[in-house]
Amino acid sequence: MSKYYLIQDTKKCIGCHACEIQCKSNKSLPVGPRLCQIIEVGPQLIDNVPRASYIFMPCFHCQNPWCVAACPTGAMTRREKDGIVFVDHNLCVGCKTCVSACPWGAPQWDPELGKVVKCDYCMDRIDAGLQPACVTACTTHCLKFDKAEHIPQLKRDRYARAMAPLK
Amino acid sequence: MEKEVYTLCFMCSVRCPIKVQVKDGQVKWIEGNPVVPGMEGSLCPRGAAGISLLYDNERLQSPLIRVGERGSGHFRKASWDEALDMVGEKLKGVIDKYGGHSVVLGERTQLATHVSKTFLKAIKSPNHFTHDALCKGSVNTACRSLFGLTDAQMSMDYKNTKHIVMYGRNLFEAIAVKEVNNLMTALEHGAKMTYIDPRVTKTATKSHRYWMIRPGTDLALNYALIHVILREQLYDSAFVDRWVIGLSELQEFIGPYTPEWAEKETGIPAHEIEQLVREIAQEAPHIIFHFGYRGANHANEIYMRRSIMILNALMGSIEAKGGFFIKKGPGEEGGKPARKLTEQKFEKIGVPRFDKVGTPDFPLPDPAHGVGQILPYAILNKDPYPIKALIAFRFDPIMSIPDTNLTKKALDELDLIVAIDINYSDIAWYADVILPESTYLERTDCVQQANGLKPQMFLRQQVVTPRYDTREGAMILKQISERIGTGSFFPFEDMEDLVKWQLEGTGFAREDFNAKGFVAYGKKQIFWDRKDGIKFKTPSGKIEFKSSLLEDAGFQSFPEYEAMPSPPEGQFRLTTGRNALHTHCSTQNNPYLNEISPENVLWINKEKAAELDINNGDMVEVYSKRGSGTIKAMATNLIHPEAVFMLHGFGHEAKKASRSYNKGVNDSELMENTSDLIGGSPALHDTFVNVKPA
Repeated sequence: MSKYYLIQDTKKCIGCHACEIQCKSNKSLPVGPRLCQIIEVGPQLIDNVPRASYIFMPCFHCQNPWCVAACPTGAMTRREKDGIVFVDHNLCVGCKTCVSACPWGAPQWDPELGKVVKCDYCMDRIDAGLQPACVTACTTHCLKFDKAEHIPQLKRDRYARAMAPLK
Repeated sequence: MEKEVYTLCFMCSVRCPIKVQVKDGQVKWIEGNPVVPGMEGSLCPRGAAGISLLYDNERLQSPLIRVGERGSGHFRKASWDEALDMVGEKLKGVIDKYGGHSVVLGERTQLATHVSKTFLKAIKSPNHFTHDALCKGSVNTACRSLFGLTDAQMSMDYKNTKHIVMYGRNLFEAIAVKEVNNLMTALEHGAKMTYIDPRVTKTATKSHRYWMIRPGTDLALNYALIHVILREQLYDSAFVDRWVIGLSELQEFIGPYTPEWAEKETGIPAHEIEQLVREIAQEAPHIIFHFGYRGANHANEIYMRRSIMILNALMGSIEAKGGFFIKKGPGEEGGKPARKLTEQKFEKIGVPRFDKVGTPDFPLPDPAHGVGQILPYAILNKDPYPIKALIAFRFDPIMSIPDTNLTKKALDELDLIVAIDINYSDIAWYADVILPESTYLERTDCVQQANGLKPQMFLRQQVVTPRYDTREGAMILKQISERIGTGSFFPFEDMEDLVKWQLEGTGFAREDFNAKGFVAYGKKQIFWDRKDGIKFKTPSGKIEFKSSLLEDAGFQSFPEYEAMPSPPEGQFRLTTGRNALHTHCSTQNNPYLNEISPENVLWINKEKAAELDINNGDMVEVYSKRGSGTIKAMATNLIHPEAVFMLHGFGHEAKKASRSYNKGVNDSELMENTSDLIGGSPALHDTFVNVKPA
């Protein structure tokens, strides 16, 4: 996997899709490709209370990315220094093999470019000391991005606080 | 060349503070102003789509003059001089023949509203109205009846609340970023959220308690809540004794409205109503019964909104941490607000408003906003006098006023329709002359007086020069005025000049806004002393359950509850609302927003749909006495059987807004134009519709 971890605090996500739009704005993408996407599951009534999940689906930047193995031109690349998987548009011929290869549906088709586009964790922003576009501007700050060892243990903290016998 | 500009978003009316990055004259990135608490980089999807608006080649690009029939969409390009000369000449003709009061200007409340008001005052027209009445006129009147303050002069301390109760206030979908984050923080700290709505929204999916109430019966629920509070003496007696007038009258009135009675009306079990009261009482006064954002559902709206605020007053959650607070102005810090052009001297206007607000016919709505949905009736009935010209300033009467066909019939009576807009709205499509406004990223605007716990001023600053041949709305009105002989009321050359004039005497300079986009009058949050310091503006200086505003105008403070009728067999109550991706009817053609939310669907209860032989995803015809449309059905158990629901703002008729043209159904086309005739809101949920397979 990449050195980084992008975690979604689903409890805080309101499924507003701002992440998708910031991503597209930042990369000036046309209508069509969605490099990250919120998939809404539910709502369902669970014990009469409605519950839903809004699941954030970016690229997972795999350790052994099937898209890289499948790419016949070497356009799909795993960046040596941090494991980010990205497309080199100089080499992409638009064959879409990576689209078929990826089990998670991460590579997207850009109809204007005629090539594949995908989440690269906004590596230009990371290299400039910033966070990915989706993380920076998320409405509720439910997306967190950092080196994997620095990711805060949100769920553990929250669980402990809920269990603490103070009252 | 790269730069960062701190300014204000305007993808909706909330005006969130933003930071914009520009490279070589192009906007590259927009995020929430990082130094403003609650923003810290955050931005909602509409704010994120600001770049998509700026570079949208389907927005208005030059002045246009209609050449075909009204509504045909045939326009020709014109120069600014030609278009403004034409508007000036036609307006002069109308004013000479029918008087200045025959001109109406309707707009969404905005930073340059004082310029619009000045435009009308100068021609002796009282006929300014804002979108506000259509959204929440009755909330405004309800608050004035209790506190002497408008809803806009109050706000909520979400961050410190312990329990929030919301009646269809879909806070996590109809997003104001700071509110969302502050409430999210409270929830993280253990606050409870009770959400009441005939429909399961995203907010419902985050709530601790959800009640699928029978549509339109919130008032009955509130009367039962009040009943339990008084019966069990769970109110804040110190606060109520000090600040409330009319408790004994309320006590006498509320007797019959038991939880058991409310259960029959609302469908909510009596014991659950009692349970909520007990939970709330434990956390008072750090609780919020939310008074709503849009409050325009039924003819009894003012009493429903009053009941919400009575609950807050009983719990003592007024001017309380984690409850409501009264917004503080610069005066609290010994400062002065920005100047407004309306402070100039104008000749007195001797005629009533077109909507008769402020006369014995319609005494209580706020004349600062008027009542826009009366406009079609005023035009068609020439009552109180002929209306002949309309300037629609980023306000779309065709989609925003209920009963589109009636509104169009009225518009056809006008000699002149001018649309000042950014997009091909449906009113722009119907106008005689379109004057295109620069987007919020392309213009400097008037100063925003941001009252609150900490009084501040914000500024919208030009980020990039206009991409097309567009101008600032305030400059457009000044330039029309110059052509009708009232230019002297606009003593500024450009927007920068106007801002400098506004700031005179405030102690702040234009440059002070460059660093962060805002200035603060003081450093501390101001809460008034709950025992002696709260400045209510009612005649009594107290919270008037027994309201002098209402009773002096001949209305009751506590009218008997009238049962909310169920729809006749085979019909449904039409309800409407918002999602996170669109602002009213103004963003449906935005490329990115349209991609995710391209059309509305009709939510209909699964069992009712099955009875009508309608499957999920089928196209259905929905029709009322006023109009009809064809829309995709969403058959679901997430909506009350008496209601159907559709998002507002779809079904556009402007063909050149090609992405939103003819997508979904315009809810206003189905609705009847009826109102809460005391408070001023339209009754948007008082129309019954039929549904059948298309």
